[in-house]
Amino acid sequence: MNWLLDKVEELSGENLYACYQCGKCSAGCPMVEEMDILPNQVILYIIRGNEEVVEAKTPWVCAQCYQCGVRCPKEVDITKIMEALRLIKLRKNVNHIKLEKVKKNLPQIAVVSATRKYTG
Amino acid sequence: MMKMVRIYIMGKEYKVPEGLTIMKAMEYAGYRFIRGAGCRAGFCGACATVYRKEGDYKLYTDLACQTTVEDGMYLVQLPFAPANKAVYDIKKIKPDDKTLVNFYPEIARCVSCNTCTKACPQELEVMDYIQSALRGDVKKTAELSFDCIQCGLCALRCPAEIAHYHVAQLARRLYGRYFMPRALHLEKRLKELEKGKFDKEMERIKKMKLEDLKKMYNSRDIEPEESEETRESD
Amino acid sequence: MEMAYYPGCTLKTNAKLFEESAMKAFSLIGIEMKELDKWYCCGTVYSLAKDNLMYRLASIRNLIRAQEEGFDKLITLCSVCYNTLSQANIMARNDKEAMEKINSFMDEEPDYEGSVDVLHPLQILKEKMWEIKERVKKPLNRKYAAYYGCLLLRPAEVSVDDYENPGIMEELIEALGGEAVNFPLKNECCGSYNVVANREAVIEANYRIVTNARKNGADAIVTSCPLCYFNLKDMQKEVKKAYSSFIELPVHYFTELMVEAFGVK
Repeated sequence: MNWLLDKVEELSGENLYACYQCGKCSAGCPMVEEMDILPNQVILYIIRGNEEVVEAKTPWVCAQCYQCGVRCPKEVDITKIMEALRLIKLRKNVNHIKLEKVKKNLPQIAVVSATRKYTG
Repeated sequence: MMKMVRIYIMGKEYKVPEGLTIMKAMEYAGYRFIRGAGCRAGFCGACATVYRKEGDYKLYTDLACQTTVEDGMYLVQLPFAPANKAVYDIKKIKPDDKTLVNFYPEIARCVSCNTCTKACPQELEVMDYIQSALRGDVKKTAELSFDCIQCGLCALRCPAEIAHYHVAQLARRLYGRYFMPRALHLEKRLKELEKGKFDKEMERIKKMKLEDLKKMYNSRDIEPEESEETRESD
Repeated sequence: MEMAYYPGCTLKTNAKLFEESAMKAFSLIGIEMKELDKWYCCGTVYSLAKDNLMYRLASIRNLIRAQEEGFDKLITLCSVCYNTLSQANIMARNDKEAMEKINSFMDEEPDYEGSVDVLHPLQILKEKMWEIKERVKKPLNRKYAAYYGCLLLRPAEVSVDDYENPGIMEELIEALGGEAVNFPLKNECCGSYNVVANREAVIEANYRIVTNARKNGADAIVTSCPLCYFNLKDMQKEVKKAYSSFIELPVHYFTELMVEAFGVK
């Protein structure tokens, strides 16, 4: 059984099988240049149970801008899938940043968002 | 016949007289406090206690010296909460609205769950002062946290792992040093002392004979007693 | 009309200018904003996991404060706060089971009944264009690129306008006497919280967005989000270091434009 697919579906509530790989999500993603696995590829990785996607850079570069979700013709919200991938790590108590190393004097809005997305 | 109640200390059952505080009850049961006890008056914050009551799912926190035992209380003593204190030189800080979040970035993790406020034995508005600290309002943080006794119960319960009382202490120090209005008459008097205005008089008094000193003392100017209106009520 | 005003942490620190200019400008066109007596950091970005109720608490608590003070409308300037409070409000109104848990956890608070609407000023200004035009004393006479960013427009349920082709800010700019330039990256994300741990992403986004605005004729960029403001304005120094050919552009909050055009600086 594919624990990865089960977990992502549970956390995100999205039906990954609806995706037909049109690539609109990757085409519209503003952070795609920083990603190692593209948004549309992420879905296939999960369906095939390939755990590399959990260790990838992609979920951490995602800016939660919802562009992918809003453009998907099958209404699959990839934003929620990215959040599920982040949570798989965070809920195991593995944080993505060390708060004490964060640059000082950033506006509160930036520091709070980073704690929400990068720490569990 | 004294009424006895049943309490559990570190999992073992004891029968103690009703009406005792948790601290006294533990001593009655034979425990001796060499840590985790201090003023015994609700002021030092040393005797933080976590407990549950029989049939009640809630987790309670309080001070052992201030709380009376109840039948079925399940007790655990926690003399302190491990908490990182930021290292700083108060004289070198230039305080602004980012100072608190710079030294304690974990306050950005606060989710407003209010668990800290519910844990506080002093009934302080802990969540509110952490929120004030996050938005850089040093004055409000200092004011709301003024009665904090640093027992650490808030820090123990916080899911965001904040050490509230350290944040509050930095806020109070910053407020006292940089924001509070200064006592100008005190500064004036200190300057006079440094300039030696009172040196001659001090030398004269030091050289006086004991009888003369006594005479001088007994005939000194005494301020009139406060009038009834200004005296604080008893 | 008096509405409850939710500032958010950054409007009291980095973005004081946004709040001050909004207060000045809005009072002249009949929008009264009364700051909530007590409010809490909304948590910025919304938590998307279905089961994560803890991260929704702050938003619901803020809505309860507005409810308690007797308001049925809550207005906020910051796009991110607007997005998070709106999404939380939608959850509160539709997910009875989640709300039961949240209300029972926050047993020291009254239950949230879903009675407060969350609004962004642009939604209100849309209906007040005539009043705005009347108040203009010094028409802007410059070209502005209206930059919406992402959270004001997406997800679709909380959008203040058409999420692929919004026009509210352009309408406002024209009403204030300026010229709105249309540039394709107006709803492209600035990189958001990547500024904390992955600054290159923001530098690239800044370079793309600002250059695109300038190439389409803009003299300045207009925004409604303190994070976009920081990423597009304060980060320009770092973009210049990475790309020596980069030409900087000023960035303003839309309320600054209103204050200037109304002549109340």
